[in-house]
Amino acid sequence: MIAGDRKPVLEVRGLTTRFRTDRGIVTAVDDVNFDVYPGETIGIVGESGCGKTVTSKTIMRLLPEQNSIIDPSSQILFGGTNLATASESQMRRVRGDKIAMIFQEPMTSLNPVFTVGWQLDEALRYHTKLSKKQRLERSIEMLRLVEIPNPEQRVKEYPHQLSGGMRQRVMIAIALCCEPDILIADEPTTALDVTIQAQILALMDDLRKKLNTAILLITHDLGVVATVCDRIIVMYAGRVIEQAPVRDLFKRPQHPYTKALLESIPKAGNKEHGKRLPTIKGIVPSLFELPAGCRFQDRCEFKQQRCIDEEPRLEPKAQGDHPVRCHFPLNQDVDLTVSQSSP
Amino acid sequence: MWSYVVRRLLYNIPVYLGIILLVMASLRVNDPVTAFLGKNATEESYLAIQQNFGLDRPFIVQYFDRVWNIVTFDFSATSWEQKRPIGELVADAVPATAMITVPALVITAGISILIGLVCSFFRGRWIDKTLMLLAVLGMSISFLVYIIVGQYFFGYQFGGDGGILPFDIEGYDVRLSKLSFWLGSPFEAIGTWMRFCGLPVLISVIVAMGYDTRFYRAVMVEETGRDYITTARAKGATSTKIMFVHMLKNAMIPIITRVMISLPFLIVGSILLEVFFSIPGMGRTLIGAINAKDFPVVEYMSALFAAVVILTVILTDVLYAVVDPRVRLS
Ligand SMILES: Nc1ncnc2c1ncn2[C@@H]1O[C@H](COP(=O)(O)OP(=O)(O)O)[C@@H](O)[C@H]1O
Ligand SMILES: [Mg+2]
Repeated sequence: MIAGDRKPVLEVRGLTTRFRTDRGIVTAVDDVNFDVYPGETIGIVGESGCGKTVTSKTIMRLLPEQNSIIDPSSQILFGGTNLATASESQMRRVRGDKIAMIFQEPMTSLNPVFTVGWQLDEALRYHTKLSKKQRLERSIEMLRLVEIPNPEQRVKEYPHQLSGGMRQRVMIAIALCCEPDILIADEPTTALDVTIQAQILALMDDLRKKLNTAILLITHDLGVVATVCDRIIVMYAGRVIEQAPVRDLFKRPQHPYTKALLESIPKAGNKEHGKRLPTIKGIVPSLFELPAGCRFQDRCEFKQQRCIDEEPRLEPKAQGDHPVRCHFPLNQDVDLTVSQSSP
Repeated sequence: MWSYVVRRLLYNIPVYLGIILLVMASLRVNDPVTAFLGKNATEESYLAIQQNFGLDRPFIVQYFDRVWNIVTFDFSATSWEQKRPIGELVADAVPATAMITVPALVITAGISILIGLVCSFFRGRWIDKTLMLLAVLGMSISFLVYIIVGQYFFGYQFGGDGGILPFDIEGYDVRLSKLSFWLGSPFEAIGTWMRFCGLPVLISVIVAMGYDTRFYRAVMVEETGRDYITTARAKGATSTKIMFVHMLKNAMIPIITRVMISLPFLIVGSILLEVFFSIPGMGRTLIGAINAKDFPVVEYMSALFAAVVILTVILTDVLYAVVDPRVRLS
């Protein structure tokens, strides 16, 4: 999917977001870099609290203005503008039109007192010059596209008359009605039943192909991204710790954290499926108490002195490898690496 | 919806009959005629007053008589004190009261909702802090202080004849209660209204606003945290659209509740304001009737007030269903 000759639609460079809190300033997202190419799906994965939502809301500039600080060195390059420093009115033209977003909670993300049709119409009103009648036709067409039965009737209904899965379809319809270049989906299936999850993911993938919209799929569940993503970015405590094409990552995870995440995916037809899945021991460190060295050190079974002293850089360990933020990546013999790195 | 309204009205009939019964019974615990005439009244005048309002008949007969009067809108019973039919008394007093209460309610609600929206949107910033400080200050000053200070400075020092403010200290022009005056010479009507009603309206707005802005701010703050706001922003909505379309419509239930609670007072009025500003409205009529032990007026006005409260509650429920699609009337 990644074509070398194509230009990325979105280039994120050194994205750093801080929050002012009662206990001081914390850095929730720290120097994140990635490109998004037209029509591809990128997965951003990591446990809860790793900075995935903050990353996506920074791109959309949806963070509360009072206490969030986007580091001035951050660059979010989109269509010739740096969204990190764009004005609110510039952002309004991007939001919903060029970059759209859907959220985790379909039950509360729609406005309960307006009809589905009104809420679809709203986005079209802001970003297109279509007439009222054309907008209604477009709304119905969008609902049909997201496979909502009887769309002529549904536009007149209110969110509470729809199921969770249907509401998420409506959210997708709203997000895609202006044919954005990028759809950011922040845990779009987390709140849904497993069967509905699969349907929604399949729908998003289908629409991506039809509309050539790039998707930034955010999830804490690596199982979700496996089938639909081209590339995966693994985040931990505000840092990107591994970044790779999906097949590479699943075949040869290099960061112990990535491997642990992979092991916690339930596998279909698993013989020992009565057994509890392995979970990652410990918790993500608080942003107030980040260790000096590797941020994963407290939970890592391969921890060495170097991991405590020095934070690893995000870089490929060998020619042709994908970038990983680890002193002792897993594809190498751990013992050998230790003796080599301690002279 | 209409069937719901009819059903609610029917359900409330027994409630209303019960209220009338209680009101009538409790008003008769002490002999109303003696209370009105005093202990030294002659037998003759006692009997005349008693018969005038049918108090010589058995209670049950009086009760059904009263209910029948109310059902047939027959308010021809006369006031003991003023010797006029109660219907006329009320018809004179309600417009005067409404001259104050209706503008006061509309202005208070409008301004406080606006301030509540702005404060919640800029929560924690200087504009929010300043307005909330003013609200608390406004709340901590007594109603009477506003009236006295307002009358002295706005009505006397800077108002009155030749003053820079268009207000008078007190009084009322009965022409204001007539529609023909407003239609015939609207500019004179507005000027006259300003002179007599401007200051009491201003004072009731200031007094109510402290409480109302804080209430509406709390309601709106709750809305600012909702997910649908983020969705709207992600669609490219402006702050104005979010505040005045998305948040306002969602906040309609608490707003309606708040406004409707004060609806009965649109008719009853503020006793304090009407007394101090000599407005011949319902509040002053009621307090005058109570002081004079004008028994028929007190009884009819209590019945009227109960009816207004019941109708308000029903209207509130209907409005809930109008503004919120999730509310089902059944
Ligand atoms: N508005 C905020 N103020 C302060 N801290 C925040 C705010 N939003 C998020 N954070 C912090 O940023 C970190 C990353 O959060 P988030 O991006 O939501 O994680 P997730 O990966 O689960 O989406 C968390 O530690 C969270 O506490
Ligand atoms: Mg999140």
